[in-house]
Amino acid sequence: MGSFLSFLLGEKKKTASVAKERLQIILAHERSGRNAFQPDYLPALQRDLMAVISKYIKIDLQDIKVNLERQDNLEVLEVKIELPDHK
Amino acid sequence: MARIVVVTSGKGGVGKTTTSASFAAGMAMAGHKTAVIDFDVGLRNLDLIMGCERRVVYDLINVIQGEANLHQALIKDKQCDNLSVLAASQTRDKEALTKDGVEKVLNDLGGMGFDYIVCDSPAGIETGALMAMHFADEALVVTNPEVSSVRDSDRILGMLASKTRRAIEGKEPVKEHLLITRYNPNRVDQGQMLSLEDIKDILRIKLIGVIPESETVLQASNQGLPAVHMKGSEVSEAYKDVVDRFLGKDTPMRFVDPLKGGFLKRLFGGK
Repeated sequence: MGSFLSFLLGEKKKTASVAKERLQIILAHERSGRNAFQPDYLPALQRDLMAVISKYIKIDLQDIKVNLERQDNLEVLEVKIELPDHK
Repeated sequence: MARIVVVTSGKGGVGKTTTSASFAAGMAMAGHKTAVIDFDVGLRNLDLIMGCERRVVYDLINVIQGEANLHQALIKDKQCDNLSVLAASQTRDKEALTKDGVEKVLNDLGGMGFDYIVCDSPAGIETGALMAMHFADEALVVTNPEVSSVRDSDRILGMLASKTRRAIEGKEPVKEHLLITRYNPNRVDQGQMLSLEDIKDILRIKLIGVIPESETVLQASNQGLPAVHMKGSEVSEAYKDVVDRFLGKDTPMRFVDPLKGGFLKRLFGGK
């Protein structure tokens, strides 16, 4: 309604409210990236797992996915290992 | 044990050093033995703002590296008896700022009977800024009503919640206070500047004060006098309010409404 009124009056949107909207959008994005908290040991863990598994199976580093997820009060370390197709 | 307060912002030029000087001086005037430390190694400026630049002999890095003791390096403020300044080094690089070194300096200051230690953080999110915030109990997050400053403050809030000692040790988090500086109520009224409600909405921390945009700040820094000493000025009063609120007093925000002329003009459609 307010915006309709200002449309009728031919008013331009105030720059302060543009600033607020832009900030809310970008910060929501940046905060979600920050909260998907990835500890710095994950790449090292991935390499070590790779070394162990390679002793038995031939795999690539990309076949191992290590991820830490937070679900409420629970932290879940997810390790996904994709085995190569048998050719 | 001294209470450690970091003055931080992420963005440069928003008023960290001005705030560190005035807040520390205000705390000292309120009767608390206070030390203020410049963490901007390589670009020290707190000494100039405090007006003690010609009395700097030893600095923070000298103390950390054992070349001088705290008694030699602390500079007693000329205005307040119970205020001391510890300058940053002008020459050494930031690598000299170690976590253990900083911790020892802070502990020793506590041992010397200081009630409050104010850490003036450099801009950015590098070593100097991390060291300034690491041991903090409370933080004054200095923010201008401007998009880049608000965004950087949000980033700094994220770091206070994850990178400080309190965060790492899982203790009670650093107590965060929002301090809005260079605020111009008339421009806010005209929709040209983010309002303090806007900034509070976005950053979601408690507001401890609003410092109006004013030429007083430049007048003060020209003379090397913390702005809180500029008697009768709005800036000085606003900083005194910040100190009062920090010490638990509940006082209303001042200097946040547009001048009355603006209101009349609005009433009669003037632009």
